Amino acid sequence: MLPYVFRRLLQAIPILLAVAALIFVLFSVIPGDFATSQMADGRTNVDAETIARMNEQFGLNKPLPERLAKYIGGLATFDLGDSFRTRQPVTALIGERLWPSLQLAIAAMLFAVVVGVPLGFLAALRPGSWVDMLSMVFAVSGLSLPMFWLGLLLMYAFALTLGWFPSFGYGDGDPRYIVLPAVALGVSPLALLARTARAAVLEVMHADFIRTARAKGSGSYRVLRWHVLRNALVIVLTTLGLQFGSVLGQAVVVEKLFAWPGLGSLLVDSVTWRDIPVVQGCILTIVLFFLVVNIAVDVLCAVVDPRIKYS
Amino acid sequence: MLLKKFAFATALTLAAFATQAQAQEPRHGGTIRFTAPYGASFVSNDSHVSNQIQDEIYGYALHGMLYRWDAKAGKPELELAKSVSVSPDGLTYTFKLRDDALFHNGRKMTADDIIWSYNRIMDGSKNYPGARYVARIKGATEVQKGQAKEISGLKKIDDFTLEMTMTDKVNPGFLFYSATTAILPAKEAQQPGFFDKPIGLGPFKFVEHVPGSRMVFEKWEKYYKAGKPYADKLVIVPMGEAAARDVAFRNKEIDVSILGSSQYVAYKADPNLSKGLLEVAEVFTRNMGMNPTFKPFSDKRVRQAINYAIDSDLIIKRLVRDKAYRAVSWLPLSVPAFDKNAKPYAYDPEKAKKLLAEAGYPDGFEFEWTATPNESWGIPIVEATIPMLAKVGIKVKVKPVETSALGGVIAKGDFQAYIWSNTSGPDALTQLKCFYSATPRSSCNYTTFKNAAYDKLIDEASAENDPDKQLAILRKANAMLQDEAPVWFFNYNKAVMAYQPWLHGLQPNATELALQRYEDLWVDASSPAAK
Repeated sequence: MLPYVFRRLLQAIPILLAVAALIFVLFSVIPGDFATSQMADGRTNVDAETIARMNEQFGLNKPLPERLAKYIGGLATFDLGDSFRTRQPVTALIGERLWPSLQLAIAAMLFAVVVGVPLGFLAALRPGSWVDMLSMVFAVSGLSLPMFWLGLLLMYAFALTLGWFPSFGYGDGDPRYIVLPAVALGVSPLALLARTARAAVLEVMHADFIRTARAKGSGSYRVLRWHVLRNALVIVLTTLGLQFGSVLGQAVVVEKLFAWPGLGSLLVDSVTWRDIPVVQGCILTIVLFFLVVNIAVDVLCAVVDPRIKYS
Repeated sequence: MLLKKFAFATALTLAAFATQAQAQEPRHGGTIRFTAPYGASFVSNDSHVSNQIQDEIYGYALHGMLYRWDAKAGKPELELAKSVSVSPDGLTYTFKLRDDALFHNGRKMTADDIIWSYNRIMDGSKNYPGARYVARIKGATEVQKGQAKEISGLKKIDDFTLEMTMTDKVNPGFLFYSATTAILPAKEAQQPGFFDKPIGLGPFKFVEHVPGSRMVFEKWEKYYKAGKPYADKLVIVPMGEAAARDVAFRNKEIDVSILGSSQYVAYKADPNLSKGLLEVAEVFTRNMGMNPTFKPFSDKRVRQAINYAIDSDLIIKRLVRDKAYRAVSWLPLSVPAFDKNAKPYAYDPEKAKKLLAEAGYPDGFEFEWTATPNESWGIPIVEATIPMLAKVGIKVKVKPVETSALGGVIAKGDFQAYIWSNTSGPDALTQLKCFYSATPRSSCNYTTFKNAAYDKLIDEASAENDPDKQLAILRKANAMLQDEAPVWFFNYNKAVMAYQPWLHGLQPNATELALQRYEDLWVDASSPAAK
């Protein structure tokens, strides 16, 4: 197993480098730059001399290949450069935002798993029943609801009308603050997990080995517990991995809406102000998280299903 | 009986007045829960680093500057100095500094701190945004270029006397009131880790900054204004999302919220919320700049025709929802040089057609209009003008551009026309110099306006020592600008702040409504955070 994990981690390196190069080139060619973005508020004039000085300070006057080579070289030593805006190392900025983002991602996925997976299983066990109908309506709605709108709806319902939760902020360890953003972020993966779980259970239930197990006289509970759920779990786990990996990226909208101090709000502001080193750092962190989570899920799948061998 | 009734009524009235007077008496204690509406976070704990209003919002709590903006009087006032005298040539200012201004570690501020802070801002390798203000001190640009170690125009006479020589006649009050020129403690600020928990001269001490979530401050007990600040604590939350601010405000979780145009309508219509609205004509002019290198726009008659062809009042009413004041010329309502008798361009398509015909465009022409998605001065506004301009034969092709890229496009001159919101105050002379022919495009003469008569007026205003005479010249220049119409004068921003009934002492700050002097704010006992 360990050599497999090591190999997967090694494979992640070229992916990260390719992503880093792609973001670097993209942000170098799109219109706008950090110096002139200062003028966006309509109150700041940045004269040509200042623009030249800023470009020199941040090395933006150098040719693109040279800048790219320097950036990739820096990555080898975990140096993501300094933020144009704050003049602080990007790693420090990301460091202080990572934990709140992870908290939110974990809370959202916990909500999605705890509600979504049982809902999908229940729907599959009673296909065509009202539970099935209701869970699938919920799943389709969850997938199609825009996250921003859902977040606002939750704010109006549970903060403004019912007063159960605060409408924004991080709080000081008070779990009430994470509930609404986590639900807003978790509804979409919940819906997908519910659909996947339903489809997986239905598929496994019609497999030959289930019929065989029943023919051998195994009880319904035993068949369900040892044959159906265990086999369906591998498919659910794979979906869970993909969702968990991408939830950090999706959190951008929710974090901004709920004033949650994670990577998302840092990313939004950095894009607005063309703070390219921070944008690159945030995206690389999100990609890295996605890769690591998926490697972890692959390992977990092998634990759940002994037939899966990684050699 | 009648006398008894009268006595009772009088007693009731007096009691009511007494209660009202008591209610207006500032109350000490409680927490002010402020919002910073221009982004999802603050840039830095170092106020010299950021030029964004978002950071200025906390800078007013933490720091003291040489001057402060007096929102009620609409002019800068001395803050860290007790008095100032000016040399006969109007170039050298001698400040008698306060001897009771203490940094948050208890150390007294001296002239050394001001000199060090301004020298720091001019560090050429850092490109601090405040450099554009400090550069007006003699010898400052030499420091920026590395040709000198200290600004020659700053001279310490003694610990509490500072001499400042300017490069040209300029009121330093207009330069040194923003937090980008905050006075930092010279020795302490050079220590490692200083900006993890910065100290300043402001009414509130730094407690914590949770990036992307909040900045927390507590009352500075030894603040130099006796009895201030009133509140014990100040929490500033960055909340860039207007809808989220709306919910938080209605839920009484925050004390103030800056409103957009759609919220403005909703709040005005609400019997309770409408009681707590503070409106001010901010020093921003929304305009369509016309590039004279595009042939039709080189003709004044065409530029005037555009001003006549667009029904600005209708757009302000329907699209901007009255959250703006009709622009007359460049200078906004809130600067003294604004001429209250001047009339804006009337909506007159016939006159526009006539002017176009005279200029040689009887059938109109087509131009490309660069615009961002901004709801108040972007594509929605451009789209509203399209049928109006079509009526006089002018066709518009919209060229969308991202907000952060607009400045770069304009600075390069890569446009035929653009729509933008530009600062147009508070210093009328500085703002009108943006149309001075020697001012380069990247320094704010975005339309590369050139007019010898206008230049002459600006030269006269610059040389004038008498403030009243200077004001009269500036009014003339502003009127000339209206006639020359280098831009379509659309509107002046009406900034609107919604505030909770328990928050008192807000100031109608025309430079930026979100910037408040926190030492003057107080919350009454009805605030949820009154304790």
